[in-house]
Amino acid sequence: MAAVRFANITKTYAGARGTLRALDGVSFDIEQGEFFGLLGPNGAGKTTLISILAGLARASSGSVTVMGHDVVTDFAAARMALGIVPQELVFDPFFTVREALRIQSGYFGVRSNGPWIDELLQSLGLADKADANMRQLSGGMKRRVLVAQALVHRPPVIVLDEPTAGVDVELRQTLWQFIARLNREGHTVLLTTHYLEEAEALCGRIAMLKQGRMVALDRTSALLAGTVSTMLRFKTDTTLPPALAAVARITGRIVQLKAQDAAAVEQHLAALRSAGINVEDLEIGRADLEDVFLEIMHGGRP
Amino acid sequence: MMRGTGTLLGKEVHRFWKVGFQTVGAPVLTAVMYLLIFGHVLENRVQVFPGIGYTSFLIPGLVMMSVLQNAFANSSSSLVQSKITGNLVFLLVSPLSHWAWFTAYVGASVVRGLAVGAGVFAVTVWFAPFHLAEPWWVLIFATLGAAMLGSLGLMAGLWAEKFDQMAVFQNFIIMPMTFLSGVFYSVHSLPPLWLTVSHLNPFFYMVDGFRRGFFGVSDVSPWLSLAVVGGSFVLVAGLTLHLLRSGYKLRS
Repeated sequence: MAAVRFANITKTYAGARGTLRALDGVSFDIEQGEFFGLLGPNGAGKTTLISILAGLARASSGSVTVMGHDVVTDFAAARMALGIVPQELVFDPFFTVREALRIQSGYFGVRSNGPWIDELLQSLGLADKADANMRQLSGGMKRRVLVAQALVHRPPVIVLDEPTAGVDVELRQTLWQFIARLNREGHTVLLTTHYLEEAEALCGRIAMLKQGRMVALDRTSALLAGTVSTMLRFKTDTTLPPALAAVARITGRIVQLKAQDAAAVEQHLAALRSAGINVEDLEIGRADLEDVFLEIMHGGRP
Repeated sequence: MMRGTGTLLGKEVHRFWKVGFQTVGAPVLTAVMYLLIFGHVLENRVQVFPGIGYTSFLIPGLVMMSVLQNAFANSSSSLVQSKITGNLVFLLVSPLSHWAWFTAYVGASVVRGLAVGAGVFAVTVWFAPFHLAEPWWVLIFATLGAAMLGSLGLMAGLWAEKFDQMAVFQNFIIMPMTFLSGVFYSVHSLPPLWLTVSHLNPFFYMVDGFRRGFFGVSDVSPWLSLAVVGGSFVLVAGLTLHLLRSGYKLRS
């Protein structure tokens, strides 16, 4: 049984300028115990897909199951199996951290959850904030509470929707150590993130969405191997000739050119020399997930 | 899911109790102001039921008005606040059913309504002689009226997307209906047209039935009032449950 199964999901919104198709026939399975990444640019439909999974939105057609339970017809069992960390930094200003966690446990029918709540507080570095009101917490602390709230009922499937957006380095470390531990203990993790190095480091398998359609689904290692495997990187202050600029990925002074083999590297260097480009910090490196992502999103251009 | 419902009910009660000065204290003070002013002006000029002074007549009406308005305020403001601040998501991802939502929100409204009503009664009872002729009507109409308004508040909370939309509901529907329900007068003193209009207002039956419990006399039979109030509650509850179940303005 798949931990999560998306079957032919479409979602359309009726807007002023006709219908908007936010998701268009998305199907894939996440197996139990996987650490799965869902990537795509803003507006690709990631959050819509997760909202449908969580029951916050309804698919126009298709179905979703969590641990075999349909999220519409068997919603209670599906939601019992799911822990969602929402993207927005939301909180209830009336309660303290511990009260919020007790209330969330109660919604899921969990009684005497004290020891697990203590463990969550400890693991997420919230122990000394347990009795502080939610309003008094910093953004990073509120984010940790959101993670704890999603885990109070020990769900087998954990969904994190951009959990590290705007979060400091220390929290990212704490958070990933904790989530990786839960994954090792058997929890299935679904992650959306903008930080591609996080996805590369953590996710065993990755799906990429573009304009509501799935454009890639593979093991992370296969995605990395299947595309351009080496990149020529350097810094320059000079403008590249149009022929090179068209195939380069340029970030400020840093220029990256894809190069399958030594001949391609020599070819690039010759082109740079003949154009009189002054090159600094030249290196040849392995392509990372960002290269793969850009290649898939922009169709072949690295 | 009994435990989940209980948790949500407890949370909703806890929420208003944490700001009890504002949610219980303030409405009690408002009701006392009404009593002091209207009682002072009208005590010796108006006698609605034979042998009953105006202040004595007014007290049950004020108690019931406070019950109704605060029951409405509790569910409606809690839901709208959660929607606007976004923390409703914690409830939306939970396995709680539409019945659980309804029971908890309306239950907390009844608790708030009865708490404020008891507070108003405890303060105003010293201003005039009182007796409880048929106390069971007091309990029945206070509870049923609070449940009806709690349910109406839940419906309004589902519909409203902003605080000013909620204010429209409160100021243009709830306030006129409570003020024109015979809290401050007997509807029999009204001209025929307004008498007819009053008889179309379910709030009139709530106040009239509630007052029956104190004086043993009422404008209409308490059984008729019970039928109207019970019927309106079933209607509003049914519609609210339908909206909750369909995810109206909750699940896109």
